[in-house]
Formats: sequence, C-alpha cells, structure tokens
Amino acid sequence: MRLTFALRAATALSVCAVGPAFADGHATTITIATVNNGDMIRMQGYTDDFTEQTGHQVEWVTLEENVLRQRVTTDITTNGGQFDIMTIGMYEAPIWGSNGWLVALDDLSAEYDVDDILPAMAGGLSHDGTLYAAPFYGESSMVMYRTDLMEAAGLDMPDAPTWEFVRDAAAAMTDRDAEQYGICLRGKAGWGEGGAFITAMANSFGARVFDEDWAPQLDSEEWATTVNFFKDMMDAYGPPGYATNGFNENLSLFQQGKCGMWIDATVAASFVTNPDDSQVADSVGFALAPDNGLGKRSNWLWAWALGIPAGTQNADAAKEFIEWATSKEYIEMVAENEGWANVPPGARQSLYDNPNYQDVPFAQMTLDSILSADPNAPTVDPVPYVGVQFAAIPEWAGIWTQVSQELSAAYAGQQTVEEALEKAQAIATEEMEAAGY
Amino acid sequence: MATKSSTAAARLMMAPAVTLLLGWMLVPLTMTLYFSFADYRPLRATFEPWIGFDNYARFTSSGSFWDAVTATLIMVGATLAITVILGILLALLLDKPIFGQGVVRILVIAPFFVMPTVSALVWKNMMMDPVNGVLSHVFRFLGLAPHDFLSQTPLLSIILIVSWQWLPFATLILLTAIQSLDGEQLEAAEMDGAPPLKRFWFIILPHLARAITIVILIQTIFLLGIFAEIFVTTQGSFGTRTLTYLVFQRVLESQNVGLGSAGGIIAVILANVIAIFLMRAVGKNLDA
Repeated sequence: MRLTFALRAATALSVCAVGPAFADGHATTITIATVNNGDMIRMQGYTDDFTEQTGHQVEWVTLEENVLRQRVTTDITTNGGQFDIMTIGMYEAPIWGSNGWLVALDDLSAEYDVDDILPAMAGGLSHDGTLYAAPFYGESSMVMYRTDLMEAAGLDMPDAPTWEFVRDAAAAMTDRDAEQYGICLRGKAGWGEGGAFITAMANSFGARVFDEDWAPQLDSEEWATTVNFFKDMMDAYGPPGYATNGFNENLSLFQQGKCGMWIDATVAASFVTNPDDSQVADSVGFALAPDNGLGKRSNWLWAWALGIPAGTQNADAAKEFIEWATSKEYIEMVAENEGWANVPPGARQSLYDNPNYQDVPFAQMTLDSILSADPNAPTVDPVPYVGVQFAAIPEWAGIWTQVSQELSAAYAGQQTVEEALEKAQAIATEEMEAAGY
Repeated sequence: MATKSSTAAARLMMAPAVTLLLGWMLVPLTMTLYFSFADYRPLRATFEPWIGFDNYARFTSSGSFWDAVTATLIMVGATLAITVILGILLALLLDKPIFGQGVVRILVIAPFFVMPTVSALVWKNMMMDPVNGVLSHVFRFLGLAPHDFLSQTPLLSIILIVSWQWLPFATLILLTAIQSLDGEQLEAAEMDGAPPLKRFWFIILPHLARAITIVILIQTIFLLGIFAEIFVTTQGSFGTRTLTYLVFQRVLESQNVGLGSAGGIIAVILANVIAIFLMRAVGKNLDA
C-alpha cells in the first residue's frame, strides 16, 4: 500500500519535473549502450545537437568492449529491454538479425542515402539482404611500416605486397641487439585478438575454417602452411613474447620505434601518425595487407554499428537517432569542429569522395583495404559463412577463443604447430557437433 | 532465561534476516542447478528444460576438463605453500622491534588492497613484459637474455602474482598469532640452551598451527575462484585455464549456459570435497 503510494508520488513528481521540457508531446528518452572508443565518446559530446533537432533525450550507457558485448547479449537473449539502441559489431548483426531480434532498417529516409554506405559494410551488417544495423565506423587492416627503416634496408614497399616480400623485409629490418624487430603481429589468444589476425591471414593462404557442409578444416594443408609461416617469421623477426601481444601491446611497441612493420587495424594509423603519442610519427608508410597471389588478401573487416532491439517501445525515436548519428551531416559536423582526421572513418563512400578527407595521409589506403575485403566471399574456396576474420555463427566466439589459445601455446613453443592444429580441429569438431551442424 | 514465548518471538524476529540470507544463497544455486540440466543456449534461442545429465557428461568428458582441474590444484597448492612459508618468515621479521615498524607493516600489507585486475595489469605490463618490463631490464643488466614469463612459465607467473597479493594476508594473520605468544616461554627455552631453530620448531611453529590452518582454509576458498589474474594476463592460454575460467568460457564465450552451469555445479562439489578435507585437518589441529 505504502509502496504503491510512494511509486505514484515518484511518478507524479517526475512527470512534473520532466513535463515542461517535452512540450511538443512526441519527445521520448532513448537509452543507448555503446563502446568506450574515441569516436563513440566524441559522439556523446554532440548529443545536444540531436536533442535540439528532434526533442528526444538520450541516455548513454558506455562500456568497455567485452563488457558491452556481454551486457547487450544478455539483454537481447533474455528480452531485457534495457536499451533502445545497441552498439554491436559485424559479428552480432547477422546472427541477431536472423533470429529476429533486431528491427530491420529498411525504411530509412531518402536524405539519409542508405546506398552511400560502403557495400562491404552493408553486406556484413545484413542478413538475407536486409540491413539490421547502420555502421557508425568501419575498419579493415593494413601494413604500417617505417619508411626510414625500409630505405635503410634498401627496399621499396609496394602498395600491395606479398607475404614473401613482407618476410624478406622483416629480415632486413631486424636488429635484435638494438631491440629493433622487423615485424610485430598479434599472437595473443582471443577470437578478437590473435584469433582474428590468423583467420584473416589464412584466407590469403587459401585456407578456410569450414567447408560448405560446416565441417571444420583446421587439419588442412593450408592451415598448417599459414600457421607455420606466421610462427617461423615471428620467431625469427618478431619481438620476444609475441604470443601474448595484442593490439595495445603492438601499438606501444610500434610507437616506441621497435617495429619495422605492423599489420593491424586501419584506425591505428591515426595513432601512429600522431606526434603527441608516437616517436615515429613522421616516418610511417601504409600498404595493403599482404597476399599470396591467390586472389584474397589478409585484411579483415569490422564495423561498429547501431541496431535497434526488436522489443523496444521507442523504435521511431531510435531510428531518428541512428539516422542522425550515421549521417553525412554528422561527419561534416565533426570535421568542422575537430578536423577531418578525427571523423569516424570507413562507413560512407561520400567521405572518401570528399577532397578535404583525401588530404589525410591514410585515407586512401584505408578505403582500399576496406574495399578489398568481402564478408560474403572471404576465402579462396567457397564457405557457408559470412564474415572475414570470423564466421557469423553463435558458436564462433567459443570455438575460436579456444583455438587461438592452442595457437598461442604453439607460438610460445609449448607445443608444435601440428599438435595445436590437431587440438583445434578436435575442439571445433566437438563444438560444431554439439551445436547440431 | 528464555521462556517459550520469548523463543518464539526471537525466531519471528530473526525470520526476515534468515529468509533473506537463505534466498540470497539458494536462489542462484538453485537456478544454476536448474540450468545445468537444461539445453540453454541463448544465442541459438534454444531452451529445453530437461536433457538429463548430458551437460555433465559433456563437461567432464571434454579434453580441457582434467587439464583445468590440474591447473586449479597446482595454482592453489603452490600459492598456499608460498604464502604460508614466506608469511611465517615475514611475520617473524616484522615481530622484531625495528625503527619505523608501523610504516613497514603498512607497506607489507599494502598489496592486499590493490585490486586483482590492477595488480595483474601492473605485473603483466610493467614487471614481466619481455621488452619493457622491469624484470627484463634486470635480466639484461645481469647480461642474461630476458625471460618471457607469461608465455614460457605462465603458471608460475600467475602463481607469483597471486602469491604477491595474498602474502600480506597470511603475514597479517600469522603476525598477530606470533604476537600472542608468551615471550617468557621463549626466554626460558633460551636459558635452557635451546638453539634458535629448535625454539622455532618446537615452540613458535606449534603455536602458529591454528593460525596456519585458518590461513589455508580462507585462502583456499578465495584461490579456487581466481579469475581476474588469468583473464588479464594469459586469457586462459598456455595451460592456465582453471576450472573457474573454463566455466566462464563455456557460459560467456561459447554462450552455452547449460554446459557452464553443469561446470559450476561440478566446481561447487569439488570445492566442497576440498573443504571437507581441510575442515578435518583444521579440526584435528584445534583439538590438539
């Protein structure tokens, strides 16, 4: 009795307090779960602009990547309804879309210009041709190298190098006594860390994770070649302890000038060329991720995108927000206030057509990298899955985390590559059988 | 003098607290038990409430299960040994009157207040890193090749980190125990000509027995649940996947709640078995 009264009083109070702010009646408050990277934090600073345009209030829940993934996954699977918009990746969007958990984004307004979204991005965020999440920011991976060291080694980095060339260049740039390592790559366990890198690399060696019948292919010749190539190169020319290095570890090694080459996310380009953080800012060059002449390169594709959970009451307001946040106008607003190097990259073709943006040194290589990855045909041989450095099935994270643990153990010399791949094949087979494939 | 009605009143007044505590404990446990017999995979939108013991069979028959049990036992056992032995030595040292005793004691206890995630990050990036870590600089200063702790000796590295965290706890308990030892006994032994080692072995150590068993018991409970140190440093690779970590992987990474819950129940049973043995050992010591 008293509780109901208290509740009523509270409701009445909040209506009184908030009421005048929403004079136009249709205004609502939407709750957005998002990741704590620089671009997303920046967007929160512009929330007032959105509120001014539409009258809707926005509440942000900002989380670290792993925590975000757990929170939104729990919320969507249990129908929790905590959020009106969720920031999800290319891994989640097709899976959730096929489960019917996301509102289809098929009725966006004409001025939003949905066809301007890069096809690779739209493809990775769709299921059966329907877009389920709008990309806010996209990335691929590419080679970042030290122009001064390349010159000293008497080599010239082509725009599209092969793995052979990368290995030879790494050999030429390595000087272990001076703590100068030819190449830094991710060896850390985790499906989003070293696991993502080796999968993308395997694509260029003609390997695939599953065949058309979903049978794991980790015991294939191509996988053995890939992992052996990686391990031999890193043992000889990589930094010590590379088996525990992920994105952040390699970033700091590269910024300190200890790496000749680094193949990683295209967003890292703005970090390594920023003189405030990087000791090598003025001598960094960019090239496409290497290939083996088989038609597929070893770069991945990722996007952070905004999706609307199917159960929300505020789908219309949420759509308005998505149209605002992933629009051309938003990009222009950020560019005007903070410079072109700071706009969210990788989502729209119009950004790369903009002459102002073409002056940014890594813009063209980022676009070329993104365009050379195709989530719908990631491998040389045909595969049944969508995704470049992952397969968009619910079991992937579990399988690939364990597989990458076995691979990391092989990098650390605790087992041979063949043993690691044998265990990986057993893990994948067991999990896929349990999942009913 | 409790009358019938006062006992009843007392029970009535205690009832809310007891119910709350029971609920607090039983609801999660019951749900875990319930899920452990279900095929519950949220990302597949699968929920089948009864599949018998399939989850248990799968969890225990998978190759990673026994590795995880072994890793857990090694980690807990080694950490216990290190903290108890070093804890006794440190407690003996801290018991001596020295200049600035209060400050030294606070400094020794300090690691216990550092959050596990933070200390794991500090150890990983600032101490054990093979390129930039303090230890690698020391190795190079001595003219040796830097040791890559986390990938070459992963289990030992994590044991070191955890021991560093729990050593203050052991020291603290053991120090208070030593301080409660009657100094006259030691003096008497000294006058009778007992050398220091014998005094330690026959007087101090028996006096510490109770405190040691308590340290072991409490630490075991917490050490069985080590998570942050593994998550931050090796992500469970290189054979550092404990039972707790395996359960985490099954539930959150594989998104298989049923399988993970079965693992959780198995972990509870194992922990209870260990606890029963420890309690017996403690009981014996308390009687003696």
